[in-house]
Amino acid sequence: MTAPLDGIRHADATLSLDVRGLAFAYPDGHQALFGVDLVVERGARVALLGPNGAGKTTLVLHLNGILTGGAGSVRVGGLQVRPQDREGLREIRRRVGIVFQDPDDQLFMPTVRDDVAFGPANLGLRGPDLESRVARALEAVGMSDVADRPPHHLSFGQRRRVAVATVLAMEPEVLVLDEPTSNLDPASRRELAEVLDSLDVTLLVVTHDLPYALELCERSVVLSGGTVVADGPTGDVLGDAALLREHRLELPYGFDPGSVPGRRPGYRRPGYGGVRPAAPTAGR
Amino acid sequence: MAGGHAHLLYRHGDSVVHRLPAHAKLISLVAFVLVVVSTPRERFWAFAAYAALLAGVAALARIPARFVIRRMVVEVPFVVFALLMPVVATSERVVVLGLSLSQDGLLSGWNILAKGTLGVVASILLAATTDARALLLGLQRLRLPERLVEIAAFMVRYGDVVTAEMQRMRVARESRAFEARHLGHLRVVAQGAGALFVRTYERGERVHLAMLSRGYAGAMPLVDNAPVGVSGWVSAATLPLAAAAVALVAGALA
Repeated sequence: MTAPLDGIRHADATLSLDVRGLAFAYPDGHQALFGVDLVVERGARVALLGPNGAGKTTLVLHLNGILTGGAGSVRVGGLQVRPQDREGLREIRRRVGIVFQDPDDQLFMPTVRDDVAFGPANLGLRGPDLESRVARALEAVGMSDVADRPPHHLSFGQRRRVAVATVLAMEPEVLVLDEPTSNLDPASRRELAEVLDSLDVTLLVVTHDLPYALELCERSVVLSGGTVVADGPTGDVLGDAALLREHRLELPYGFDPGSVPGRRPGYRRPGYGGVRPAAPTAGR
Repeated sequence: MAGGHAHLLYRHGDSVVHRLPAHAKLISLVAFVLVVVSTPRERFWAFAAYAALLAGVAALARIPARFVIRRMVVEVPFVVFALLMPVVATSERVVVLGLSLSQDGLLSGWNILAKGTLGVVASILLAATTDARALLLGLQRLRLPERLVEIAAFMVRYGDVVTAEMQRMRVARESRAFEARHLGHLRVVAQGAGALFVRTYERGERVHLAMLSRGYAGAMPLVDNAPVGVSGWVSAATLPLAAAAVALVAGALA
């Protein structure tokens, strides 16, 4: 399935995310996005890379309609985000599950079970349906045995995994993770990668952790200065030293992205070719 | 992980009292307190009977006396006030242990001390036998306005987070050789408090964002599985009913 960026197949339901010409300025006048195009096919795993202040979080908050009002359009599984359409917005928020950076922001209920139930209960689930949803989501992240504990009694890594479960319970079309590895120790980082790898869901990982992107995502999109400056297989993007340097992205000391296989399985070339420099200065 | 506020008052157990539904216990507490405060202050023996009733509840719940007494510290400001009453009140004087005290003040002080203590002990027993989540559920079942339940739920959840943040700020201050030695240093502490307020406010915004992202539409769904039996209500009513019987006798003897 190819989706030409200049195409008119706007309501293509096989696209998990279809962002076109998205521009946004905050009320204080600071413009964060200058016409972002991003297409993510169902089942794809995409890393969204970029320096601090590139507009990554702003883009993420557009995906589920928390921020709206700028130019351009956002479609999730074919459904357009429209701020006036309350029913539609509810469905959008079910389809886009965002895992925020600080699990203490995400886990606000008295127990893990209540927190995982929060999303599906808002969707109207009750009784045994709700219970089985919660059980399955906790099972998927390997956290079934902490269901009755208060979130603040868990380790940071556990809280991060529970945070993933809270959105999985809504059975999202696409799972968006904002800096999933921040503050995690190496073992928790690996455990989270295993959990994410086991999920059968479209994945958008916002991160500075370039090796993590290489491990988890077959495709990487570089956002810098509010525009997409590169989009291609993660190995190619990370292998482009000039591109990384220009956009303040750095590999860890001694890390050679060519030395590891990276994530390939299930990768279908979506018709983008290699790295697609969107700006003439992108170094290709 | 640091122990939660939720565990400061709660004492894990599996007694009859622990198993009672939280909303029945809440109603029972309020009824008991109402009965206590409406008892004439001169009926000294009635207050002893109330205390005995509470001791019975504590024994049933297997809550040791030390556990209750240590948590009664919150009452201290009221105790001080009650102790001052006989000294400052103006009425007929009686001499007690060589001190000239107001008779009315003595009675008022006793009134505050006895009724306050009984209320505090009853509340401690409720908190010790009901975990925070169950209390929230109880408040929800009692149709307390949704917003108030939410605020209480967030207090339970974020009390620790904010306390930990405050601790970290204190450690950061002291690591740079700050010591609050005189009043001028209050400014630094106040600035810390201000920063903490701003951070907490910002966290509130982020939490709200996370709630919206998961479809929050104005209602906080707490999953409530426990069925409520009539027997729970009957057991919970035992304490206020017994207290009411005491109060009736006390009133009849007046």
